[in-house]
Amino acid sequence: MSSLFTYTLRIADSSLILGQRMSEWCSNGPTLEEDIAMSNISLDMFGQANGFYQYAAQLDGTKSADELAFRRNEREFFNHQLVEQENRDFGTTMVRNFLHDVFNFLFYTELSKSKDETLSALASKSLKEVKYHLRHSSNWLVRLGDGTGESNTKVQDALKELWMYTGELFEMDNLDTELLNNGIAVDNSALKSEWDSIVNKTLVKAKLTRPEDAYMATGGKKGLHTEYLGFILSEMQFLQRAYPDAKW
Amino acid sequence: MNEKYFQDRIDAEKKIEPKDWMPDDYRKHLIRQISQHAHSEIIGMQPEGNWITRAPSLRAKMILLAKVQDEAGHGLYLYSACETLGISREKLVRQLHEGKAKYSSIFNYPTLSWADMGAVGWLVDGAAIVNQVSLQRTSYGPYSRGMVKICKEESFHQRQGYEIMAEMAKGTAEQKAMAQDALNRFWWPSIMMFGPQDSDSPRTGNAMKWKIKRQTNDALRQDFIDKTVGQAEVIGLTIPDPDLKWNEVRQSYDFGEMNWDEFWSVVNGNGPCNKQRLAHHKKAHDQGKWVRDAAKAYAKKQELVAN
Ligand SMILES: [Fe+2]
Ligand SMILES: [Fe+2]
Ligand SMILES: [Fe+2]
Repeated sequence: MSSLFTYTLRIADSSLILGQRMSEWCSNGPTLEEDIAMSNISLDMFGQANGFYQYAAQLDGTKSADELAFRRNEREFFNHQLVEQENRDFGTTMVRNFLHDVFNFLFYTELSKSKDETLSALASKSLKEVKYHLRHSSNWLVRLGDGTGESNTKVQDALKELWMYTGELFEMDNLDTELLNNGIAVDNSALKSEWDSIVNKTLVKAKLTRPEDAYMATGGKKGLHTEYLGFILSEMQFLQRAYPDAKW
Repeated sequence: MNEKYFQDRIDAEKKIEPKDWMPDDYRKHLIRQISQHAHSEIIGMQPEGNWITRAPSLRAKMILLAKVQDEAGHGLYLYSACETLGISREKLVRQLHEGKAKYSSIFNYPTLSWADMGAVGWLVDGAAIVNQVSLQRTSYGPYSRGMVKICKEESFHQRQGYEIMAEMAKGTAEQKAMAQDALNRFWWPSIMMFGPQDSDSPRTGNAMKWKIKRQTNDALRQDFIDKTVGQAEVIGLTIPDPDLKWNEVRQSYDFGEMNWDEFWSVVNGNGPCNKQRLAHHKKAHDQGKWVRDAAKAYAKKQELVAN
């Protein structure tokens, strides 16, 4: 497995799993307009995942994009643990997405400068969509934070619960460092201060309190996940696993 | 005077617009029909939404999600058309929840396999198109224009559904069996989507005179059957009707007796999924209340700041 292949897969996995979570909202949104907006976001995430999987498949040369998405096990998925967290309610979903959207915005901004032309092109394309996602989640965070007492409590609680999954976003392992030195990868740790500044500004506007940094979860890059991922995959991969000879 | 002017316009194939005078019964008929249509688009999201998280490929996932999203858009569009008649979306949704407004009974059938995504697109959207193409010429302007817009997307849905069926019909033995089973389950409910036979359809009279409805239930049903039989043959699936036979004289297919007891029982709330569909919609609506309230409260605060 080449480093570039694994690196590409990590990006694709986070997009796919967040897309999958967002697609669970279909027909469950708080308004019809939001239902449509969340389907949009989900479609963008699947589109991004597809682009990165296609590239990974090309690098790998033996597996198709669909095989990468539908025939790997939990331990072979490298997404951020943040994106596999449950939707629970609309507020929790918006908090989760916001924390990830800020990261994605900064990450794709940097990745679009990658020396790898395919990654750079995929990043530029994704960036346009991520800007919209970030606007969507920040607007809701502010509306819910500064809406009613009930909505403020709900998103503040969600923020506290999800905070522990934000540390992982900025981790660098040997593979990241190796590709960073080749001008291909993004220096995740260098994104932290800008991430802090955007998050802090939005939280102030939303009348929300930034949680203390305490225990931070880790493991996504190594294929270690929360219990949720297994259920996401068993649902998502069901048909491909149950009928391995079928084409769809 | 008004009434004559109104009917003359209709007879001259001119559209009635929201500000025009219209008989109360025309307005009532339209509200009932357009809201039922809107609710159908929205409730119709559920049986297909049921398979989005299990779609078997990235492409299938995106196509299905985009399709269901289109249906949400159709619902939105139709609610707006209905609002031009002087009723709010909130009230329409309340009528749905109270059981006072109906939606198409087809969505009270469960989607049990991936092939059902094919059958629903091919047959249910296919039947909807036949009806909606006819409604492009309906006399109420906003409804007619809505239908023009919606029909374009529906024909995509129909093709995508047919593509799933075709793919499965030539797939493994298991896939072919799933496809046939989906056709078996969805065929009769689909042809009953056009409503009761003309001889049992009490409202057809005025609706035809006012040109809300342009063709009768039976004419539309026949049109759909004639279009669809050949499509099933091409992909090697069998329509579950032993009486289906080409009639040289009529240049149309004769078909078997529909089960109207089942039809009325589903219309009256006793289909396999009636309770589930309504409960799902209510639950989403109730769980979204705090979000809608927060958005309203926030908007109000912003107004205060601005003034
Ligand atoms: Fe539809
Ligand atoms: Fe539709
Ligand atoms: Fe449709």
